[in-house]
Amino acid sequence: MIKHETIEKNIGLMILLIILVISGGGLAEIVPLFFANSTTKPIEGLRTYTPLELEGRDIYIREGCYVCHSQQIRPFRAETERYGHYSTANEFVWEHPFLWGSKRTGPDLARVGGRYSNDWHRAHLYNPRDVVPESKMPAYPWLFENKLSGADTAAKMQVLAKLGVPYTEEETSKAREQVEGKAEIDALVSYLQALGKTHSQYTNKR
Amino acid sequence: MSAFWNAWVWAITLAVILGCTWLLLATRKSEPHKEATEETLGHSFDGIEEYDNPLPGWWFQMFVATVIFGIAYLGLYGLANVKGFYGWSSVGQYEEEMAHAEEVYKPVFAKYAAMSVEDLQNQPDGLKIGQRMFANNCSLCHGATGAGAYGFPNLTDGDWLYGGAPATIKQSITNGRQGAMPAWGPVLGEEGVRDVASYVLSLSGAEHDAEMAARGQQQFQALCTACHGADGKGMQALGAANLTDNTWLYGGSFAQISHTIRAGRNGVMPAHKDLLSDDKITLITAYVYSLSNK
Repeated sequence: MIKHETIEKNIGLMILLIILVISGGGLAEIVPLFFANSTTKPIEGLRTYTPLELEGRDIYIREGCYVCHSQQIRPFRAETERYGHYSTANEFVWEHPFLWGSKRTGPDLARVGGRYSNDWHRAHLYNPRDVVPESKMPAYPWLFENKLSGADTAAKMQVLAKLGVPYTEEETSKAREQVEGKAEIDALVSYLQALGKTHSQYTNKR
Repeated sequence: MSAFWNAWVWAITLAVILGCTWLLLATRKSEPHKEATEETLGHSFDGIEEYDNPLPGWWFQMFVATVIFGIAYLGLYGLANVKGFYGWSSVGQYEEEMAHAEEVYKPVFAKYAAMSVEDLQNQPDGLKIGQRMFANNCSLCHGATGAGAYGFPNLTDGDWLYGGAPATIKQSITNGRQGAMPAWGPVLGEEGVRDVASYVLSLSGAEHDAEMAARGQQQFQALCTACHGADGKGMQALGAANLTDNTWLYGGSFAQISHTIRAGRNGVMPAHKDLLSDDKITLITAYVYSLSNK
């Protein structure tokens, strides 16, 4: 019979047994998701981000929008009444990295596309308090001055293509001309307007 | 989840539970003492020694209790493809919640949906519901009180771009609106823009340069009257603003009017037909109507 003492005095054996016990959770909970249809197959009709939206997404990441805004609607009525249909894993198959976030200082943005006009987004990002007096969101005026060069856009799309996002060579070759010279605000607003609009499987009616 | 992964999840879960149980029982059995003694393990680290005692009974029993809890939880809530005794799923719970809400709120909305917007003005509870939905869906642009902001219309002043009749308000919310004031800078040139801006200022009796306004009037008559009307009073069918009433969506200063003429304006009200049900839009319409028809 195995002795408590044997494990306690053989640190190598103890490490091995600890790893064995802990990895049980990951093996049962995480590994199957790499092979399940619901998590690896994109939702029907899903489209990729345009080069401009993709650059907007990188600005969203750079400015840390995900720190205060989540992009994941949970299956509770209180959430779907406000934000629309709850999120499902197959909507995020082409998101590298996904931007679910973990905290909502501001509202969820998973389906914000089309809810407000471009003008509103521009006014709001220039100075949130111009349109929402009680807002505590920071202002992002430099987005209106910074211009995109588009130098890296094609390379970003190629990397995403390697990760399984179906960007074609034709799309990649035209990426730069679609982005070059545009203001960062245009990219970010087009990304925000695309959120929740990259497929039409769910109605957002509430 | 495929049969293989179902089996995988179950096998690992049961192996971990049983493995931990076995480890607990096996080490318990091999303990040299069944009761607490004064005997130590014989080692000393910086003078600290260790009794060679078994696990306290309460501790051991708590461990056993967690194992039993785990097995009971598995049975009640299920795992992988196997539904538990409760038949619970997160989507199932959500749908139950929605069905319950439908049952409770549907009659409320149906009651108000049967009324006209005018009749709803006498329904304080209905207006309150409309106000809550306005706060959630409309206030970001139109303000919490409906007083609007620069570029976003004030809904409380009785001045309407597209019209303030209940059916028109409902139409605006349901299908949205797309402003279509073209940029006249390239056509008019900078001097022309300033002339027309001066004339527009004169329409509402604001201070203006009479000479410039006189020149601007001719261009206004040629270019602007198709939408804004010969008298500048606008046209609600097109959403063309009334320029004579001194109510300004994009500011009424000389510089702001010049900019509007030079660069055009294309304000967008998003359509809400895909966001809100017809019943809810009716109640929001009633609330918006009440803002300027007290």
